[in-house]
Amino acid sequence: MSHGHGHSAYTKSQPIEIPAPQTAWIWKTFWILSAITAFEFLIAFVKGPLNLPHLLVVTVFITLTLVKAFYIVADFMHLKHESKTLILSLALPIIFILWLIASQLNEGSYVFDAIHNFHHFLTK
Amino acid sequence: MSAAVTTHIDDSKTLWGGGVEPLKASYGKLMMWFFLLSDTFSFSGLLIAYGFIRFSNLAHDPSIAGFSPDHWPIPEHVFTHIPFWHINAPLVFVGFMTFVLILSSVTMVLAVEAGHRMDKKAVEKWMLWTIFGGFVFLGSQAWEWSIFIAGIDGHTASLVSNPYGPPAFADLFFFITGFHGTHVTSGVILNIVIFFNVVMGLYERRGSYEMVEKVGLYWHFVDLVWVFVFTFFYLV
Repeated sequence: MSHGHGHSAYTKSQPIEIPAPQTAWIWKTFWILSAITAFEFLIAFVKGPLNLPHLLVVTVFITLTLVKAFYIVADFMHLKHESKTLILSLALPIIFILWLIASQLNEGSYVFDAIHNFHHFLTK
Repeated sequence: MSAAVTTHIDDSKTLWGGGVEPLKASYGKLMMWFFLLSDTFSFSGLLIAYGFIRFSNLAHDPSIAGFSPDHWPIPEHVFTHIPFWHINAPLVFVGFMTFVLILSSVTMVLAVEAGHRMDKKAVEKWMLWTIFGGFVFLGSQAWEWSIFIAGIDGHTASLVSNPYGPPAFADLFFFITGFHGTHVTSGVILNIVIFFNVVMGLYERRGSYEMVEKVGLYWHFVDLVWVFVFTFFYLV
């Protein structure tokens, strides 16, 4: 670039060649995320009329949420293209969250018993 | 002899010996990733507290008409309003908000993609759309808060009492959507700062749009958190 001065070919500021956008994969992920969200809505609306079992509905919601999370992190945040060490150092600490979920939901049920069923035992 | 020593030092400069990026990502990008991991723990703490408190309260009882201060409400009974029309539209507005965040995530990836191609004009365009999406989401959240606080028949929602269920229900609504909204706000501010730098040609001169990528990571994380808030606060 620096040696271009004085030559007519270089004195006019040449527009830098910008490659064409490659966005097909972005829109593909967008449609996957939108479709999953739309499906979640469908379930939310039909679960009452169809009398779907609560456990099934919750399982489907959580599974679809994790699928959406995977696409956001892997594609939009590019994590699937990062080094394996980085992927693992971000993914493995999630174990602590899984433990916290299991322990605290369990603990919440015990607190429920302590508040509501304790009173029930007293009046019996 | 000295040549041999040099060779020896070079050999020890393997992955973690210094001078290279062992995780093949820059310092700034790594710090953003590990900050987001710590933020994941913050949001997990809030959402797990929601589960804990919900499980320790009486569940919704279909035989009781309307809301009960002792029973945990079902979200689709609470969030039924949409702007302009007075109809019963459960979760429709929050669905709109979800869609806005997904779309603004897409425009953010498009900005990052344009940055890789050094396409300044396209980066500017997609950053602007992302900022616009952020404002639409924040405006929607402000509207939803105002409807939630207005309550039912003069019984307003606050941290001590609300017309929908136990006080903790509103507390968790304010804290979880509020903490997320704070993140969206700071995300919009960061996006505006980076947009300004793009327009001023800073990254063009630097030869790299990696700052757009880093702020993009934060913005996608905000979308990611909303996916979980949507499921665990509004759907289940």
